[in-house]
Amino acid sequence: MQLVFEKRKAVSRRAIVLVPILSFIVSLILTGFLLLAFKANPFRTYMAMFIGAFGSWSNFTETLVKATPLMLTGLGVTIAFKLRFWNIGAEGQLVFGGVAAAWVALFWSPFLPAWSLLPMVMLVGMMAGAVWAGIPALLKTRLNVDETLVTLMMNYIAILFAEGLYYGAWRDPEGYGFPGTKLFPEAAWLPRFSGRAHVGLFIAIGIGLLLWVAMNRTKWGFELNMIGKNKKAARCLGVNVKRNILVALLISGALSGLAGVSEVTAISHRLQQGLTMGYGYTAIIVAWLSQLNPIAGLFVAILMAGLLVGGDQVQMMMGLPAAMGLVLQGMILFPMLAGSLFTEYRIKRIDPRNSRAAESNEELSV
Amino acid sequence: METEKKPILEMRGITKRFPGVVANDHVDLELFPGEVLALLGENGAGKSSLMNVLAGLYRPDEGAIFIRGEKVQIDSPRDARNLGIGMVHQNFMVVDTMTVAENIILGLTEVSMIPDMGKISDRIREISSHYNLKVDPSAYIWQLGVGEQQRVEILKQIYRGAEILILDEPTAVLTPQESEELNNILRQMTSEGKAAIFITHKMEEVIAFSDWVRVLQHGKLVTVKRTSETNPQELARLMVGREVLFRIDKAPAEPKDVILEVENVDANDEKGMPALKGFSLQVRQGEIVGIAGVAGNGQRELTEVITGLHPVLNGSIKINGKDMTNRSPLAIIRSGVSHIPSDRIAMGVVGDMSVANNLVMKGYRRKPITHGGLLDPRRILDFARRMIDSFKIATPTPDTHVKFLSGGNIQKTILAREIDSCGGVLVAAYPSRGLDVGATEAVRNEMVRQRDKGSGVLLVSEDLDELLSVADRIVVMFEGQSMGELSSADAEVEMLGLMMSGVSKKKAEKEYYGSDHATGV
Repeated sequence: MQLVFEKRKAVSRRAIVLVPILSFIVSLILTGFLLLAFKANPFRTYMAMFIGAFGSWSNFTETLVKATPLMLTGLGVTIAFKLRFWNIGAEGQLVFGGVAAAWVALFWSPFLPAWSLLPMVMLVGMMAGAVWAGIPALLKTRLNVDETLVTLMMNYIAILFAEGLYYGAWRDPEGYGFPGTKLFPEAAWLPRFSGRAHVGLFIAIGIGLLLWVAMNRTKWGFELNMIGKNKKAARCLGVNVKRNILVALLISGALSGLAGVSEVTAISHRLQQGLTMGYGYTAIIVAWLSQLNPIAGLFVAILMAGLLVGGDQVQMMMGLPAAMGLVLQGMILFPMLAGSLFTEYRIKRIDPRNSRAAESNEELSV
Repeated sequence: METEKKPILEMRGITKRFPGVVANDHVDLELFPGEVLALLGENGAGKSSLMNVLAGLYRPDEGAIFIRGEKVQIDSPRDARNLGIGMVHQNFMVVDTMTVAENIILGLTEVSMIPDMGKISDRIREISSHYNLKVDPSAYIWQLGVGEQQRVEILKQIYRGAEILILDEPTAVLTPQESEELNNILRQMTSEGKAAIFITHKMEEVIAFSDWVRVLQHGKLVTVKRTSETNPQELARLMVGREVLFRIDKAPAEPKDVILEVENVDANDEKGMPALKGFSLQVRQGEIVGIAGVAGNGQRELTEVITGLHPVLNGSIKINGKDMTNRSPLAIIRSGVSHIPSDRIAMGVVGDMSVANNLVMKGYRRKPITHGGLLDPRRILDFARRMIDSFKIATPTPDTHVKFLSGGNIQKTILAREIDSCGGVLVAAYPSRGLDVGATEAVRNEMVRQRDKGSGVLLVSEDLDELLSVADRIVVMFEGQSMGELSSADAEVEMLGLMMSGVSKKKAEKEYYGSDHATGV
């Protein structure tokens, strides 16, 4: 018996849904071996992670707290990836958005009526994120500079710039040496609704739904799809490729910027160390695992946040490294990339001794 | 044929199949030392795949290769090199950021870990002065022009001991002077008993460069000729083939107002070489104007300057009387131009989107597909079903991704979209290339129908039968210029062939009809 890959006659919708789910299961199994190496029971560990993330309302609100920036950055990355523009700079766009938000919150309040402070903080923060993604987009469309490197490098610029501010110029003089700015005025706080969970969550969900409509039901989304899948044909058919890339990246960056805004205005209420826990990078996993579907992205973000929160939990309860959650996150990508093959191919069993039987043989399809 | 000399290379019954096509169908080839063989054929005739078999890049499905009478198996480019076969590809295989000398020794196993660049450079200088190939071994590739890069490639093959040099369309990128130089190099090489094969689809190069010519058509060898015993017009006819597939029923054209006007347009190709030189053309409503010419003589640039995909340097393009020179592709689409692009997979469709979506790739901008600011999936589907029906597109469902369709149905999808959205001008580049008889007929009939509905159609084709049966007038292009215009009713293939090889209409008429023939066009 022999197994061969055979091209499908059409893209399998079943595979599109099943591959991410199976990838997650495979990653659980693979990480299970790692846990065994740590002499931990994988089942108990996963159970503990699950309870830690979803076991009670207060645990769940913590998961939602972490899901919010993951949703926003994940959606931002989704837009860019739809264009095959490899924006891996969501981290930097988030940080730069947070820095701009802090700037407005800390220094503009004397000049603005209180009610307008928060909207202004959000607006400027989003614009900053947009600028941070717009630079690589401009470099790409004008000079054909590779976006992967530029977005990656700009992460470090933003992160170090922020560090320079909260360690230096903006450091709270009464902060006992703690690396962070002064507390923002309350008018710049994004309201919380339960525990630390805040309205940023609803904004993110709203944007996710809106984005689904925009990507699937508007001319803009149609053009995005065309450009991502065949730039040359899009141009031939009259689509302005360069302008579309620029606009999409401004939106992409704005969403990541908004993630930074909500982190500083709802969670820490100041710009401080630990603004991001790698949300901008996890966003890449969110985008891939959701197959660039914004609504799926919302759920995947919650799952990824659960892994983060659950990872903290197993550290406390079982003495395992908290990084276990991150290991699981990373581990999902490999089966995912391998599995995406099955959307276009299936495995066919062939018996070389009897080629006629092979024709009628059952196909193993995912 | 030659009796006293033994061939240095023989290929017997070479067959190479790819999924769905036979690239080479039992092709034989002989090459004698001291001679240059031209391999002539249209795009897709199987010239390159035959040479890739020889260079060890493809493995033949059938057939045998003999070098100096000995049967050999060539499994890799390294095997080819060890047998003295060197190939200069159309896209040069050089590393920009390395020097000439470094490129020449790149990949050679005989070179020690730390090569003695001084000795290598001396050897390169020795070869280059012997063949009069002016190249500085220490220059970086990026500093060199295209012609110089080609010299590096040739030098590389000689350095590596090539006795049989294969050149894939070597003159496509060269200026006439550089071509002349290349010819001298080849002559020098053959005078020392080396042999060369060069791939081309330009008749005049066959005449200038080669001793023998072999013509391929649809993967089959159709003729072997001594170059001295043939002429461009015979080669043109052999290359294109004479059998007429079918006739298109059409009434005489009734041309009305000029709808497309190209005036003295200059444009460069992607490499920056002049591709259109003062080209002018008029297409009227209700007529089909054919563009004949061997591929690479500016046809692609012509269709792309009209559709706004390629910049015009000088001159103007008017559509419906309005100046549309260098306007955006969208503005030109809006002015009524439809385009069936030459590369249908790369430019005409988005393979990873559905047939339905591909069909609305022009209509999505307006009603009824866009309704209240949103795309209406039901209307998209309705529209798609109608198009699939009336253009007889064979697809399992409207949701099937286009890339799963056959070439003919992909073309029908493009045709349906472009004809439905056509506002008076249809630019069709090689619309029936690679299609089966049925799809070809559908495409040709559709163009005639568009003409009869009053559109102006510009048809670029390499298929002279297509031009003669579909077009009303034929303009012959050569090196970016118009060689003149013939009415298809009384155009002769031989005349077209002559003009395609760069002979102006006047001269061609003199040659073809004798000196006193009055033109009827």
